[in-house]
Amino acid sequence: MTAGESFLGYRRPDGRVGVRNHVLVVPTVICSAVVAERIAAAVAPVGTALPHLAGCGQLGPDMSLTHDTLAAYCGHPNVGAVIVVALGCEQVVAQRLADEARRHQKPAAVIAIQTEGGTVRATSKGIEIAREMVDLLSRAERTRCDVSSLVVSVKCGGSDYTSGLASNPAVGRVADALVDRGGAVVLGEIAEIMGAEHLLAARATTANTAAHLLRVVSRVEAEAMALGLDIRGTQPSPGNIRGGLTTIEEKSLGATHKAGERTRLEEVVAYAAPVTHRGLTVMDTPGLDVESVTGMVGGGAQVVLFTTGLGTPTGNPVAPVIKITGNSRTAATMADNIDIDVSGVISDAESLDAAARRVFDELTAVCSGEPTAAERLGHREFAIHRRNPTI
Amino acid sequence: MTRAIVVSPRDNVATALEALAAGSSLAIGDATIAVRDRIPQGHKIAIQEIGAGAAVVKYGSPIGTATTDIPAGAHVHTHNVASTRGRGDLAAAASGSPSESGR
Repeated sequence: MTAGESFLGYRRPDGRVGVRNHVLVVPTVICSAVVAERIAAAVAPVGTALPHLAGCGQLGPDMSLTHDTLAAYCGHPNVGAVIVVALGCEQVVAQRLADEARRHQKPAAVIAIQTEGGTVRATSKGIEIAREMVDLLSRAERTRCDVSSLVVSVKCGGSDYTSGLASNPAVGRVADALVDRGGAVVLGEIAEIMGAEHLLAARATTANTAAHLLRVVSRVEAEAMALGLDIRGTQPSPGNIRGGLTTIEEKSLGATHKAGERTRLEEVVAYAAPVTHRGLTVMDTPGLDVESVTGMVGGGAQVVLFTTGLGTPTGNPVAPVIKITGNSRTAATMADNIDIDVSGVISDAESLDAAARRVFDELTAVCSGEPTAAERLGHREFAIHRRNPTI
Repeated sequence: MTRAIVVSPRDNVATALEALAAGSSLAIGDATIAVRDRIPQGHKIAIQEIGAGAAVVKYGSPIGTATTDIPAGAHVHTHNVASTRGRGDLAAAASGSPSESGR
């Protein structure tokens, strides 16, 4: 792999590199989500919001998960400026989110709907601030950055038999090449490691990390078993089964290919926690696509390589999501959602190495500003994982 | 185009890259396998006999257990393979007390 060794990104004061420069509008709570979305929409596509269902009625771990995930996005390298939209009586503290943005030397503002005097005033004040921020960010320039500054999330969704044979191994070669060059890769979806954990554990840099991985996989398996159900209702999904995948073990063995063949497992981290090692990190996320991508981007991934067999539109509010399919039918029928067609690997028209080179080239082009299919279509799905009931 | 792919030499199944008709024959390396069932595109075919209770192997690792004797050339899928992971249904049946949420 020789092409695309660098890209044009935004160097941040904290040393990280952004591949986008968004004005992020963060509602602290579901109650301020609509106002936040309207403010962001007025300055789209630079403006982007994080509409979510939480922020109040949560206790302990879920409250922390909501706050920490929102805070992670406020500090994210793809974000240039932050507006926090509060209601005024919720649990998530707007000022703490704004402080997190300022800690990363980003301009930040707070608007509270109860203080401003309702939806109309809060929205118009927010739009005014957002326009000033867009103006400020428009002066930022992209500079040449090394791929070692990238944290790439690898993800699969709507898998079928082509995923394990073409798109995941192609992305895996990109993961290997990226880590060879000093980059970082993050893999989530613990349920989809079940059945392949022995392969990843064998690549852990320490016995502790291997044990940590096995412990997290066992916990998720025990949680699923505690429901007294056959996991086949969801893993594999009905679509996976129609696509030829029989068991979770088969799905996992195909899925873990996308984390590379020779990357070393450096660490296992909690949901949306910072990815601090170069090499491979596993993040403790659920298998649901949007919750999983939300967590990995929260961990600092600037870009997502997302493989799909059956096709899926998932995007993210701050990170470009690149869709890669090995299914020629999906490449044709869902052409508007697909960025890269690697079905030639299945039909013998293209080698895996050649397909991986195209994925790597597309990765650096997207990191330099080329919009993905999900960005062109306005797909900005966002969902914070939660473990407990709303109180 | 290759009609079916065997990922690892340890595998006892191949993945059909196109639909295979029952009664047709399939070349796998030097061997020829008589296709017993219609195999939809992307689904698996046994390339050797897999006895009931034996591991079904793909990517060089077990992907589940055969629930019946599976002859070479047969369709291998949810009707004759059971996952060994996350089976809360089996645990509940074994304890004789299906959980509230399991009903």
